[in-house]
Amino acid sequence: MSSDLKVFLWRGAQAGHYQAFAVPLRENQTVLDVVTYVQRHLDPTLAYRFACRVGVCGSCAMTVNGRPRWTCRTHVSKVVADGGLEIGPLENLPVIKDLATDMSRFFEKWQEAKGAFVPTKTRHDEIEAIAPASAPRLAAAAAIECINCGVCHAACDTVRWNESYLGPAALNRAWTLVNDARDGGNRERLSAVAAAGGCHACHSHQSCQEHCPQSLNPTASIAGLKRRTAQAWLRGEIKARRLEGKA
Amino acid sequence: MNVALYVWQRATAAVMVPMIVVHVAVIFYATRHGLGGADILARTGGSVGWGAFYALFVVAASIHAAIGVRNVLAEWSRLGDRGAGIAASAFGLTLFGLGLRAVVAVTLP
Repeated sequence: MSSDLKVFLWRGAQAGHYQAFAVPLRENQTVLDVVTYVQRHLDPTLAYRFACRVGVCGSCAMTVNGRPRWTCRTHVSKVVADGGLEIGPLENLPVIKDLATDMSRFFEKWQEAKGAFVPTKTRHDEIEAIAPASAPRLAAAAAIECINCGVCHAACDTVRWNESYLGPAALNRAWTLVNDARDGGNRERLSAVAAAGGCHACHSHQSCQEHCPQSLNPTASIAGLKRRTAQAWLRGEIKARRLEGKA
Repeated sequence: MNVALYVWQRATAAVMVPMIVVHVAVIFYATRHGLGGADILARTGGSVGWGAFYALFVVAASIHAAIGVRNVLAEWSRLGDRGAGIAASAFGLTLFGLGLRAVVAVTLP
């Protein structure tokens, strides 16, 4: 085995090129370690994003040998191909510089999907009792551990070809709130995710599930939203409409 | 696609599935009994039941296919949502017209 790893890193913004580096190969080494080595020892102008380094913050996702991955929890030995790594920015997001993407639209879509909790009680009210084994609690629990890394967004074909599509992460978040008995925003939320570009735009390719580093299944969450919005529309609780502010 | 188009597409699919089973069964029956075109027309001509059955199928298929074509056009062409809606509506109306013409041709006495 060679003592150096061949690493090709994306340089530039939306337009750019891959630049080759040689990084010492170590027995235990993550993809984030490799990128950090380049920035600290070979080229300090390399831009990338990370924070926690332990798979909690969701900041360090990149495209590694063609697949979106969380780089801090991805061991080089598991993904190296032909002695090398090709590391680029996440797809389906504008590139700011090198490996750092602009995630503004990603999080705007969380807002458009009404991903914010809408409280119904004050501190003076009794705390809502939620049975741990209740169906809504289990549905929320199955989807709640999202770390907002954007891997599913980058892996999604529908996001790629439909700019207005809210995407798997935002819809998965909406599904957790739809199942939250304490939340009071479901009419607006169901209306938002039932509009054009909402849950019904999903083709169920399941790339989000395939790539999610947390092993979540956003496709299942979106299927739940499809059922729930269809029921709400048939009952006349929501109307079919286009997304706010969309052409 | 929004929730209304989604429900219409699923509902028309649900209508068509049992009808397709009946349609295929009729095809098997006709071929196994050696029925020719004239024999089939003799049975369908003047039949309100077969007329209603295939008219309903034509309505469901026209709606179902038009919604699907609208999605394809909206995602893969430069028509946009509105243009795709107009083109798909024209496609659906064409299917409806051609289908109903065929139903009338085989069920009118």
